[in-house]
Amino acid sequence: MKILVCISHVPDTTSKINFIDNNTKFDTNGVQFIIGPYDDYALARAVELKENSGATITVINVGLVDTEPTIRKALAIGADDAIRVNAEPTDSFFVATQIAEQAKAGGYDLILMGRESIDYNSGAVHGIVGELLGIPSISPVMKLDIEGSTAKLAREIEGGKEYLEVNLPFVAGCQEPIAEWKIPNMRGIMSARTKPLKVVEPSTVDSGVKLQKFELPPAKGSVKMIAADNVQELVNLLKNEAKVL
Amino acid sequence: MNILVFVESAEGKIKKNSLEAVAFAHTMGGSVTALALGNVESAELESLGKYGAKKVLHAADAKLNQGLIQAYATVIAKAFQDENSDVLVLADSSLGTPVGARVAAKLGASLASNVVELPDTAAGFKVKRSIYTGKAFAQVELTKPKKVIGIKKNAAEVKEVGSNVSVTPYQVSLSDADFSTKITSSEKATGDVLLPEANIVVSGGRGMKGPEHWSGIEELAKTLGAATGCSKPVSDMGWRPHHEHVGQTGVKVAPQLYIAIGISGAIQHLAGVNSSKCIVVINKDADAPFFKAADYGIVGDAFDILPKLNEAIKAAK
Repeated sequence: MKILVCISHVPDTTSKINFIDNNTKFDTNGVQFIIGPYDDYALARAVELKENSGATITVINVGLVDTEPTIRKALAIGADDAIRVNAEPTDSFFVATQIAEQAKAGGYDLILMGRESIDYNSGAVHGIVGELLGIPSISPVMKLDIEGSTAKLAREIEGGKEYLEVNLPFVAGCQEPIAEWKIPNMRGIMSARTKPLKVVEPSTVDSGVKLQKFELPPAKGSVKMIAADNVQELVNLLKNEAKVL
Repeated sequence: MNILVFVESAEGKIKKNSLEAVAFAHTMGGSVTALALGNVESAELESLGKYGAKKVLHAADAKLNQGLIQAYATVIAKAFQDENSDVLVLADSSLGTPVGARVAAKLGASLASNVVELPDTAAGFKVKRSIYTGKAFAQVELTKPKKVIGIKKNAAEVKEVGSNVSVTPYQVSLSDADFSTKITSSEKATGDVLLPEANIVVSGGRGMKGPEHWSGIEELAKTLGAATGCSKPVSDMGWRPHHEHVGQTGVKVAPQLYIAIGISGAIQHLAGVNSSKCIVVINKDADAPFFKAADYGIVGDAFDILPKLNEAIKAAK
């Protein structure tokens, strides 16, 4: 089985978000970048499938050269080779088109990624890749088992879950608890240095989405503290001041 | 401007976030057509007129009773073309978001999800979307003639603006490929308020000390008509089901009121609650970082405060 895992390169979840250049660019100053947490779940499940029944895993990332340490980390976790599409990942349609092209060329049985990237939160890449390849796309997937050419999945829905069956190939947008995140071991880190990482140039795409500017939410006012023995005051404030009761 | 709205339903009833989508489309101006799929009660469909739909299409094919991403995308894209629509509006959800992505790809439309306010159409078509899990916003221009926008919860206020409309049956021929994914069964929390749609959420964290102490949270939630939530460690330890996990990699909520009990407020948890209108934090640790993100705070013992708060709210009702 050939698995393609699509990873995003995103700021660590504890990062402070700031913008520069007149609010048109993300400020990377002091920011640690990681494999997108949802993509990390997808990768972890791919590695489990490989360990259980044998598979090759290719990771793909759409990003400039600074994403290579993140790609190497995915190789250290257990992917066999990697593709980097050399472009800024500006929007879902652009990224999905690049992935679909590489997926077509590679002939994968299974395409996994996170349900969304934690920077732009669009949650659209899996659907667009599925549509461009003419194969099913399922998201958000919290359980995935493969039996021969069929997959059994669980998808999270509002307040519950739904169990599905689908034949390979398909695209899945993953989330917890599909697998436990994997921490690369020393052998993985050493071998990742020499695993193949192919760099390809992007194709031109008009997504019809143009960024105008970023903005930060207004600063939160300070907290009003209430004494523990005076819950009545809290109820009054919720009712009369915040007007939420 | 012709606007098509995909209306989601569950057990024959229109979902609240879809009413918001209809209200959003109505406030945008132009002619609003709502499209519902599968089994939906006719009174529910007719009532969409009250919230701003001029026309209601119903694809009643029993095969559409289950929310299948591909089949739904096919029907919605076809209706978009048949109705000469310019914009598709849908509510972001576990179904709406992946369906919207496929529809946009089918139509060659500009796509934006997590939209938080009405588009600015003074020059071009600009939308404001929530990014970095609620920590920032991006204004993007959608330049293609066809557009698909997914709206975030609370992007519009549901108001009665019209009266019932008659429902037009809508038929689309679907292929086997549209049904290549099969839903074999589903599990749903019944009777409870659904967390992603709740107006009030009561959440507990590790400070609750164990699943056996959750009755205090459940009772308060019951009094408030609220959904219950929890922090990631709590769902990781199996104290509460995963679908209650609120946070960066769990459910993102946007209620009027979020009450956090015994949750320290790690940044990953805050990412799931930062769209809440009002946040109350109850924690015995005065230094818990959550207080910085709260509107109201109480430092104290949750087991002591919960029953008192429950009684005070009951009395205030």
